[in-house]
Amino acid sequence: MAGLSREDVAKVARLARIALDDVELDRFTDQLAQVLEHARDLEALDLAGVAPTAHPHGLVNVVRDDVVRASLERTEVLAQAPDVAEDRFSVPRIIGEAP
Amino acid sequence: MSLPEGWEVVVGLEVHTELRTATKLFCGCANAFGAEPNTQTCPVCLGLPGSLPVLNRRAVELAMAIGLALHATVSSSTFHRKNYFYPDMPKDFQISQYDRPINAGGYLDLPDGSRVGIERAHLEEDTGKSTHLGGGGRIHGAERSLVDYNRSGVPLVEIVSAPDIRSAAQARAYAAELRGILIATGASDGRMEEGSMRVDANVSVHRVGEPFGTRCEMKNLNSLRSLQRAIDYEAERQYALVASGGVVRQETRHWDEDRGVTSTMRSKEEADDYRYFQEPDLVELVPEPAWVEAVRAGLGPMPAARRAHLAALLDEPTPAQLDAVGTVVDLGVDDFVEAAVAQGVEADRAIARAANELAGEARERPGLTPGAFAATLRLEQAGELSATQAKAVLATLALAGGDPVGVARELGFERMAAGELEGLIDGLIGEHPDEWGRFCEGDDKLAQFFTGRVMRATRGQADGKVVLDLLRARRG
Repeated sequence: MAGLSREDVAKVARLARIALDDVELDRFTDQLAQVLEHARDLEALDLAGVAPTAHPHGLVNVVRDDVVRASLERTEVLAQAPDVAEDRFSVPRIIGEAP
Repeated sequence: MSLPEGWEVVVGLEVHTELRTATKLFCGCANAFGAEPNTQTCPVCLGLPGSLPVLNRRAVELAMAIGLALHATVSSSTFHRKNYFYPDMPKDFQISQYDRPINAGGYLDLPDGSRVGIERAHLEEDTGKSTHLGGGGRIHGAERSLVDYNRSGVPLVEIVSAPDIRSAAQARAYAAELRGILIATGASDGRMEEGSMRVDANVSVHRVGEPFGTRCEMKNLNSLRSLQRAIDYEAERQYALVASGGVVRQETRHWDEDRGVTSTMRSKEEADDYRYFQEPDLVELVPEPAWVEAVRAGLGPMPAARRAHLAALLDEPTPAQLDAVGTVVDLGVDDFVEAAVAQGVEADRAIARAANELAGEARERPGLTPGAFAATLRLEQAGELSATQAKAVLATLALAGGDPVGVARELGFERMAAGELEGLIDGLIGEHPDEWGRFCEGDDKLAQFFTGRVMRATRGQADGKVVLDLLRARRG
């Protein structure tokens, strides 16, 4: 893995909708590069034959029965909305389709 | 479809099907279409902080059933977060399966004998539903989108075919056969018009023998007809572009059903970057062999097997009869045919009547049971009812229920006495001596002339076959 560039961090920030100014961009490029450097320590180990870890818990197949439980009251739900119309969350018009 | 010789279209389909569970994929909110907006939500499917998803066992089993029906391998799988921002997805990520799907590598055989590979069939959650309001000013004069989160978190299986499809008609046949399988497994109701089955098509064109062309993804294909038309249109558009020296751009295109064209929706020049990472709140799913086998044991016969079974009831079936068999299986009314045949009705009659009379509205009517269907066809076969009358009885039963004999009586379908019919025929011969003469000389087309008049005079209550027999007997 090559070093993390300032452009990489800017892209990740853009994808995450996080606005960073130039000072922050420099600071987080440094910090994220250190995190990745730390993770790279693993590359020094011989991991051939070690199955990838799916989850730190050893648990598998945590499932529930398909039984309906009460939903929230609509008034309570819509109280979370920035704006409401026709019993729906009203948001600025969506341009284009979901990816 | 008019690509020139040596060129072909290459299609891969992505089919999303909502699963027929009682609850959503990761919470206990009801999964039911058509409820009042935002009445089936909770902290999990609204993406409120601190809420935790718990996987629905039934959804897992239906996903396995789909995989098994498609001859795929059911394996251990994990869930990932697919990150993007869109108001109908309140968590700002969709929980889906990424590098380890529950089902991988299968195939679907089509009625024409062709085989389409299945790359994967994985579990994921649906998004909420947005409605777009124009600038007409319903809300403060501004353009707004309204979101209903009832659908947010509804379980989906996405079935991805290999790019094995080579025509629009084959794509349609694939979607139709897959729909039948989804219904047969109990996983889906297959209703494209309600959005419970949604199809996207990846389409490219190339010269046979050369590498595949750049593909475009078609969206908004809300019916099998749209699917077929959109692929035909798109193949011709891409060919025209390439033939005139242009280049196909990789993009998502929107099918406009009214105008019959596709148009650019979103360029894919910058590859989507969803920053997939493993969902830390869900553990690995490891279907043990016993669990998989229990699901397999619960699978009923698939459409292909059911078609073969019905076709075997017919002696040397004609193409039209095989079409009717296909319709019976599509309608899911095999049990009506079985009941009728078990009661001695000829298979040909049972299949034809089931295919034609149980379609449309009749399939929604609970008044018509397999037993009543069988009894009606027995009356028809015994000559107690004409074909027209039998169909009318079936239609009435579908609407209002009841027993066939009683319904026939209420409709006034008493069998006409043969003597009455002979009197009618005598009268017609007197009125139309020329036509009768030609019929007697062997012009059989005129049989229609006379039976038609008898039917009209009896308001359809005569048995057409009996009339024909009487006419022929009279001719000598």
